[in-house]
Amino acid sequence: MKHLTFSRLSVYASVVFAVALCPAPARAHLNSTGMGPIYDGLMHFFMSPEDLVPVLALALWVGLRGASYGRRALFVLPGAWLLGGLLGLTASAMNGSPVLSSIWFLLLGGFVAADAKLSLRVATAVATLLGLSHGYLNGTGMGTSGSAAVALLGLVFAVFVLVALSSAFVVRLRVQWARIAVRVAGSWITASGLLLLGWAVRKG
Amino acid sequence: MRNPKGGATASPLCTESVFPHCDTASKGGEIKKSPRPLGERVRVRGNLQLWILTFAIFIFALYPSYVFAHVQQGEATGFLTGLRHPISGLDHVLAMVAVGLWGAQLGAPAIWLLPVAFPMVMAMGAMLGLMGLPLPGIEYGIAASAILLGAAVMFEVRPPLAAAAILVGFFAIFHGHAHGTELPPGQSALLYSMGFVMATGCLHAVGIGIGTVHRWSWGQTVLRVAGAVVAMGGIFFMWKAFA
Repeated sequence: MKHLTFSRLSVYASVVFAVALCPAPARAHLNSTGMGPIYDGLMHFFMSPEDLVPVLALALWVGLRGASYGRRALFVLPGAWLLGGLLGLTASAMNGSPVLSSIWFLLLGGFVAADAKLSLRVATAVATLLGLSHGYLNGTGMGTSGSAAVALLGLVFAVFVLVALSSAFVVRLRVQWARIAVRVAGSWITASGLLLLGWAVRKG
Repeated sequence: MRNPKGGATASPLCTESVFPHCDTASKGGEIKKSPRPLGERVRVRGNLQLWILTFAIFIFALYPSYVFAHVQQGEATGFLTGLRHPISGLDHVLAMVAVGLWGAQLGAPAIWLLPVAFPMVMAMGAMLGLMGLPLPGIEYGIAASAILLGAAVMFEVRPPLAAAAILVGFFAIFHGHAHGTELPPGQSALLYSMGFVMATGCLHAVGIGIGTVHRWSWGQTVLRVAGAVVAMGGIFFMWKAFA
């Protein structure tokens, strides 16, 4: 076994000593530092069910339809989201409508539950519309600071990852009961959308 | 390798502390093996630990509390309230489980069509309630759902698929109207709705899980008994509604 020589050990010790002389705050608690704009955007997406669930529903639907649909949505949806977000950054702030969210829940959840056999063009159009509308709403809520655009990138990255993982997971499902389980999840999304619509109507 | 007394020598690794199954005799260094091999003992011990761990997690899961882990105000409670609401009323639980049991009895495609139809129609019933449309006799409808669905399981009724879906959907409106509109103030409507629908779906899944015993003859009897229990529960709730 090779042992450290005294001279090498002393070099290591000197380096460690030098580093120890220049401490920096650990900032182990994120409430003082934040997570940085990229992670802010990323976490915003995962903490916002009104954004997350429609994307998940779209990913499940294109996954049920096959790999070509999945590949199309994988690039179209984040691209449209980014475009919509950049447009939204220049617009004045506006709040998302619960009615609009519920419509996306109903539409995409319904597609999953029914395993809707629509063409690739329709799937592309749906992904584009979803990305533009939600991206625009996200963009308007982010303000105009430079970090908002970076946060938008994090958000788009999160959309990409969710679509990639979810649609790839569904594409490889071959057993019938597993595909039915995905469709049941779609019916749950539709039911949630119906309830949300009811709440929106009651509030309005 | 020999020991000083000339007997067979145990491996230096084969000590009580390292390999408990290796029992080195004091006389002559003979190696005696315990009747159960090491692999089996490790497996048994591993299984026991797994069971203890599972049991402990189960016990903890019975006593949940709020986390409030830096989410927006009321969102976590909205989801948890929705998740807890369907299981807080026994009338609702009985009917949900009965839908799953009946679906399992009827087999495909009813096994998945009924649990898909129920939450969607239930949400429609809740939406009607939220829009202020009155529905008379809700409590009677809920009790009747447990009676009829329990009876359907008890007698293994096999109507056409559409008739079964319509029956389940009809009762779902009552359940949705009664339970889907009770959002506590200040909580997220969306997360409440998602929790509510997910809990309902999970109750169906429990029913389907229990219903898988239908493949055995004894299981068919068990299911019929379960249907009778559900129907009796429904009669009890009907009596309470009238009282």
